[in-house]
Amino acid sequence: MRPRIELHERDAIVVGGGGAGLAAAGYLAKHQNLQTAVISKLYPTRSHTGTAQGGIGASLGNIDPEGDSWEWHMFDTVKGGDYLADQDGVEVLCREAVEMVYELEHMGLPFSRTPDGRIAQRRFGGHTRDFGEAPVRRSCYAADRTGHMILQTFYQQCIKHNVEFYDEYLAVDVIMDGGRCRGVLALEIHSGDLHLFHAKAVLFATGGFGRMFEITSNAVTLTGDGPALLWRRGVPLQDMEFFQFHPTGIYKLGILITEGVRGEGGVLRNNEGERFMERYAPNMKDLASRDVVARAIHSELRAGRGIDGKGYVNLDATNLGAEIIEKRLPDIADFTRTYLGIDPVTVPIPVQPTAHYAMGGIPTDLHGRVLLDAKGSVAEGLYAAGECACVSVHGANRLGTNSLLDLVVFGRRAGLHMAQYAAGADIGDLPPEPEAEAAALLSRIRNNNKGGGERAATIRDEMQAIMTKDVSVFRTAEQLGEARAKISELRVRYKDVRIDDKGKIFNLDLMEAFELGCLLDCAHATVSSAENRTESRGAHYREDYPDRDDNEWLKHTLAYLKADDRVEFDYKPVSITRFEPKERVY
Amino acid sequence: MKVRFDIKRYNPEVDEHPHFEKYDVELEETDRVLDGLNEIRWRIDGTFALRRSCEHGICGSDAMRINGTNRLACKTLIKDVGEDVRVEPLIGFPVVKDLVVDQERFFAHYRSVLPFLINDEPPPARERLQSPKERARFDDTTKCILCGACTTACPSAWADEKFVGPAAIVQAHRFIFDSRDRGSAERLARLSGRNGAWGCRTIFNCTRACPRGIEVTKAIAEVKRSLIMGSSEERSS
Ligand SMILES: Cc1cc2nc3c(=O)[nH]c(=O)nc-3n(C[C@H](O)[C@H](O)[C@H](O)COP(=O)(O)OP(=O)(O)OC[C@H]3O[C@@H](n4cnc5c(N)ncnc54)[C@H](O)[C@@H]3O)c2cc1C
Ligand code: SF4
Ligand code: FES
Repeated sequence: MRPRIELHERDAIVVGGGGAGLAAAGYLAKHQNLQTAVISKLYPTRSHTGTAQGGIGASLGNIDPEGDSWEWHMFDTVKGGDYLADQDGVEVLCREAVEMVYELEHMGLPFSRTPDGRIAQRRFGGHTRDFGEAPVRRSCYAADRTGHMILQTFYQQCIKHNVEFYDEYLAVDVIMDGGRCRGVLALEIHSGDLHLFHAKAVLFATGGFGRMFEITSNAVTLTGDGPALLWRRGVPLQDMEFFQFHPTGIYKLGILITEGVRGEGGVLRNNEGERFMERYAPNMKDLASRDVVARAIHSELRAGRGIDGKGYVNLDATNLGAEIIEKRLPDIADFTRTYLGIDPVTVPIPVQPTAHYAMGGIPTDLHGRVLLDAKGSVAEGLYAAGECACVSVHGANRLGTNSLLDLVVFGRRAGLHMAQYAAGADIGDLPPEPEAEAAALLSRIRNNNKGGGERAATIRDEMQAIMTKDVSVFRTAEQLGEARAKISELRVRYKDVRIDDKGKIFNLDLMEAFELGCLLDCAHATVSSAENRTESRGAHYREDYPDRDDNEWLKHTLAYLKADDRVEFDYKPVSITRFEPKERVY
Repeated sequence: MKVRFDIKRYNPEVDEHPHFEKYDVELEETDRVLDGLNEIRWRIDGTFALRRSCEHGICGSDAMRINGTNRLACKTLIKDVGEDVRVEPLIGFPVVKDLVVDQERFFAHYRSVLPFLINDEPPPARERLQSPKERARFDDTTKCILCGACTTACPSAWADEKFVGPAAIVQAHRFIFDSRDRGSAERLARLSGRNGAWGCRTIFNCTRACPRGIEVTKAIAEVKRSLIMGSSEERSS
């Protein structure tokens, strides 16, 4: 029996209501002759962009007497990414940063202010002046709620421009016809009905997939749906071995403590009270890039210098004083008081590295167009932006404040390009039975009555445990081989996943099982790519290959999913325009 | 420790009426109520539905009644509520399923106050200037995460569906007191009747319910004052 299915026709569809999706939608909406809609599994203001704390990077130079420049920002970003970032993209990112931040201000974003009324800026890891000389104040912030303000501001603009929303719709498949995108299939969560959005252009802006890991700063809903859906349809995933572990997650909970705490002067200490970053990064110290700081913390823990012999170090902000903490870091204070019962004004915060950000994802060009291969063939009508995409402007390790920037710069570019494309393209025919595969998958999960099946939670727990144990800050061939075998096993077991809820209305059980399938795809790509890259670069550190190997590995990984669940690799050169790779010291 | 959850369940596909179900879960004192609800969903009964995402009080998904008070399940620890935890959906909205309520009316009220910066003057090449003092004037109301805890704790909102409710007034306040905004007159016009700010009877339930610590009643009072005095006077003070 064919399921009930509703058909919609639009010029452009945006999948995802986070910062990237709403940025694109806002620019699309300015073209009043185009019919655009946003579909999002969360009500847009619930998106994880809202949790971003520390700021958005732009070389406004509002505070430091030496000023700032986009070239310095570009250098820092390239160096932070361990020379894997595409420099043509980084140049766009850092140049357009300045006008984008002003534009956000003009839209109404309530930035914190300097005494003379300008946008306030603070220091952040890896951001320097004069090509690495000294830290610079580049992070434009609104207290420690910058992401909340960005998400709210974009959503407000969408209301102003009457953007059409399909809230709480879960995209379950992308409709491809050869190399062209024809639309997207979605499950209306409230009713359980399927909706087919037939469109000229579709943008995926579905966010990250940190829930592959047990300890993470990411929401339970960050499950890599976009990358997984496209991967299943033959699109490669780029640089998936590069996953960022943020140095300061709350011990055991993984909730993020922004780098802004160190930007304002907080320091990391081990069980001897030593400010150990002085040993690992003599110049930038606690403000070295995240991969460097996360490795330093793990090294301290391995050497037995965790606090009370446990798996954490202290983030000491007691030197900041109550005023700075209450004014510039109020939410951080609220988190530690709520979840730890401690006051950061007087007591150090227990922290451990937490899985935070996917540098890798869906390969795109500088207009957000999805790329199908190393030659750069474009999938017509298919776009990606935000954390789920890989432009790549972050290379092997993202600098703090550069993701929010990525969302607004490339979200806008994707929106503008889609508008132009959709205005000229015709809608094309849908392939036959476009809903068949996804409907079969959902019905298999929903109707599995076999006794042997397992709950999604069981499989998810095992995936998260092995990813956190073996695919973390330090990696070896042995660990990665073990993880690969385990993920493959879980992928087989997943085929028999069982849920309790057989109903249609708001079936969260079904949704979570579906999302687990996406996470398993992302984990599969991540582990295989990590095993394949036999060098250390940025966030990908191989103890058995501790050096960066530019001769062999100064290239992007493209991972393809093959019929027998094998992952096949191809490679793409790195765009190097201004900064030749050199050794990276902080 | 063993925590006993008593949860109001309702699935329109099978239940004629809502009913309570009990679940025992092993938890630590420092666990969140949401951790308990997840345990139930993941290991005991997968048919139980709720909304949640960020799990640390920022996304506004999981406002619900916990032991009779509106709270975020992810920001409420077991030690704050004890071993017996009664969980119900927010009051005043139709229940979709279990703890999931239909918030369409809530968001329609929110949209009705023109929740976006209105200013048609050509912007400068750089940022508009705003002093820290001007910025501080509306800081409190920028924190709102649209969780709905205030509006669904408000007897005036229960009594009259047309009353925009505290959350919408908080959102209006965020713009009325922003020195860059020029739309106050329009916004205040929409809030001038009994369905607007005057629907508030100063009961303070909203302020107590707000998980972001926003002084909701105070914000409403400031909007009322602007209605009386005219927006510009109040703003420049
Ligand atoms: C705690 C934290 C703090 C951070 N702080 C900073 C910072 O200070 N500066 C900085 O630059 N970066 C920061 N980051 C990183 C940055 O916030 C994120 O990378 C960024 O917000 C991701 O935005 P996005 O729009 O790509 O995705 P998200 O905001 O996660 O949005 C994803 C959207 O996709 C939708 N979606 C997903 N799957 C589906 C599906 N199948 N169907 C329909 N819809 C779907 C969701 O509903 C959601 O609307 C932080 C990240 C975290 C976790
Ligand atoms: S004012 Fe507070 S309680 Fe009301 S919606 Fe906003 S955050 Fe929630
Ligand atoms: S889950 Fe986000 S506020 Fe509770």
